[in-house]
Amino acid sequence: MKNALLFGFVAVLYIATGMFQSWNTALAIFNMGLISAVMALGVNIQWGYAGLFNVGIMGFVALGGLATVFVAMPPVTEAWAAGGGRIIVALAMGAATVTGGVLAFKRMQPGRRRTLVVVAIFVVGFVVFRGLFDPARDAIESVNPSVTGYLGGMNLPIVFAWPLGGLLAGGVAWLIGKTALGLRSDYLAIATLGIAEIIIAVMKNEDWMARGVKNVVGLPRPVPYEVDLQDSASFVDRAVGLGLDPTIASSLWVKLLYASMFASVLLVLILLTQMALNSPWGRMMRAIRDNETAAEAMGKDVTRRHLQIFIIGSAICGMAGAMMTTLDGQLTPGTYQPLRFTFLIWVMVIVGGSGNNWGSVLGGFLIWWLWIQVEPIGGALMNIITLPLPDGSGLKEHLLDSVQHIRLLTMGIVLLLVLRFSPRGLIPEK
Amino acid sequence: MDFLNAFVALSNFVLIPATAYGSQLALGALGVTLIYGILRFSNFAHGDTMAFGAMVTILVTWLFQAMGLSIYPLPTALLALPFGIAGTALMMLATDRWVYRFYREQKAKPIILVMVSLGVMFILNGVVRVIIGPGEQNFNDGARFIMRAKDFKVMTGLKEGLAFKSSQGITIVVTVIAVIALFWFLNRTRTGKSMRAYSDNEDLALLSGINPEKVVRVTWILAAILATTAGVLYGLDKAFKPFTYFQLLLPIFAAAIVGGLGNPLGAIAGGYIIAFSEVTLTYAWKKVAVYVLPESLKPDGLVQLLSTDYKFAVSFAILVVVLIFKPYGLFRGKAV
Repeated sequence: MKNALLFGFVAVLYIATGMFQSWNTALAIFNMGLISAVMALGVNIQWGYAGLFNVGIMGFVALGGLATVFVAMPPVTEAWAAGGGRIIVALAMGAATVTGGVLAFKRMQPGRRRTLVVVAIFVVGFVVFRGLFDPARDAIESVNPSVTGYLGGMNLPIVFAWPLGGLLAGGVAWLIGKTALGLRSDYLAIATLGIAEIIIAVMKNEDWMARGVKNVVGLPRPVPYEVDLQDSASFVDRAVGLGLDPTIASSLWVKLLYASMFASVLLVLILLTQMALNSPWGRMMRAIRDNETAAEAMGKDVTRRHLQIFIIGSAICGMAGAMMTTLDGQLTPGTYQPLRFTFLIWVMVIVGGSGNNWGSVLGGFLIWWLWIQVEPIGGALMNIITLPLPDGSGLKEHLLDSVQHIRLLTMGIVLLLVLRFSPRGLIPEK
Repeated sequence: MDFLNAFVALSNFVLIPATAYGSQLALGALGVTLIYGILRFSNFAHGDTMAFGAMVTILVTWLFQAMGLSIYPLPTALLALPFGIAGTALMMLATDRWVYRFYREQKAKPIILVMVSLGVMFILNGVVRVIIGPGEQNFNDGARFIMRAKDFKVMTGLKEGLAFKSSQGITIVVTVIAVIALFWFLNRTRTGKSMRAYSDNEDLALLSGINPEKVVRVTWILAAILATTAGVLYGLDKAFKPFTYFQLLLPIFAAAIVGGLGNPLGAIAGGYIIAFSEVTLTYAWKKVAVYVLPESLKPDGLVQLLSTDYKFAVSFAILVVVLIFKPYGLFRGKAV
């Protein structure tokens, strides 16, 4: 009952936005709310089910975005001819070096010989890798750099990027989990914080992959373009029949299509996560979370289970990242900010109720709405506060300019208040 | 002569910058490690605490500049530093009183405290951006150089110049003073000894009559001193920008973990290890190589192992290697 009321309250927030601002805005917030809810579900699986503290969500989200480019953009044949094969050989060489080094370390007897062999493998491998990689990269990046300068993608429907984004993120999560899980809990936090920064750095600087900070724009859409709708006579007729302006109707219709796609993903995920939570597997996870020592004594492989759940949660975040880039229609590595993509999602999970899937969904919608609306609300407040100040005074301008930073402040206060007074969140775990 | 030139080039581009950067990281890592040792959680708000401290110092610096106070050739910020420290210490004590103390009394799990520190990070981040804005601030008004590259060339007749920025000199001197003072405090004073006792064994320390609240208060004040100093030195050396301070969190944590969380000596060593690795791996070695290698082996490229954009990857890689081989750090830290 209380939960239904909470969801009703959030629905009222969105409807009020539609009535007082515009339905377009409300739907835009709603679409990102859906994506945020998916991300929050992913984080909730890690934190709520297993107590894993992942502060690298931004990195996994960005990997999902990268997947959209790999899947949906047309391949740049010239670039492939120039250096595509060579770069793949170089990357394979790099991977072989790492694998060889790890294998040598695992298989050989400890001692000075092993150290020398491992170091030699890495040094030689690195030199060969750079020797192969650098010319191939330069060749690819010099192919029409103002428009392409990268390898392009596979020219498939962009929806395929969603599972692929999940796979990419899951693969990276496996690498991180292998090193940092099984150690002290803070270590995973710091390792994920680091990998997220590195993923963003790679995406910004490896132009051959997805044009780096030059951005990939004009990703194909899974839904029709507004302009095409406005040109179609049947759509205009229907819009007029409903008493709507065709321009507004077209953008509303596109947003509704997106919303239905995202909503179906979210519903399937909720169904799956709820089933997982109530299965023997879910009970095992909670047992591990609540008392690792006891679970281990019962014969559960805690580190393995942690690794498993860490991969699943990160994969969901990657999928959400691919969905978000699909919605944006462009990949802009410069816009990934940890405060927005990592810590905001954490606020959603904590506020919604960690351990409860419905709670995370609610938190996703509520906090995203707040994140967007704090600015206009704060701006209005600041206008009232600064009313007594003369126009053009430095302080007034400074205060009005600083409104955009108030959202960070608000999120911090919300997080601290919830942690203090309602640590189990709005919809607590059963 | 070639060898001397190579050494000068190496000092100019690697040794001096890395020592300065390492000192800044060491001061930051000391703060993280102290909080970890006494309060037993990883304080994610530390980068933003550094930003806050630097911000207060900058504001006081501006005030002094407006009043016409100056200690040229030293930057005015050094005069403002004690005020910045006082402001930051007050802020941290207030945060502890209103935020952290509740969880300490509850004996909450460390991970909850980490999360709380995230909330504090958000707020500090917002406060700093609201007050001083997200842009870059340059507040170094002292003399720029102790030694200019040109003067060095004239003085020694070498082909390579050696530039020694005053901000680098100040960083190194201040760090040495701060570290000596810190170790004197921890090893020689009664309060410092009670802090170490508390860190080693909380229950035993409580039994022997140590006041835990006092220990915690002193820890926050020490952390404020270290964070503000680190923040101001970094700002003097490079420039003040709130987001950069947030990004410093990773190398600082890497330094603290590499040295062993909770171990002050380790934090200092870790700071220099991270800084030297970052700088040497991202430095283009061509300049040094042309002097040392014979004519036939002269490199064509820049001989840069990694592009500077990947400097975070270096601290991360070191972190991962240490986690795999020595999870408690080079100087044994403490586990929770």
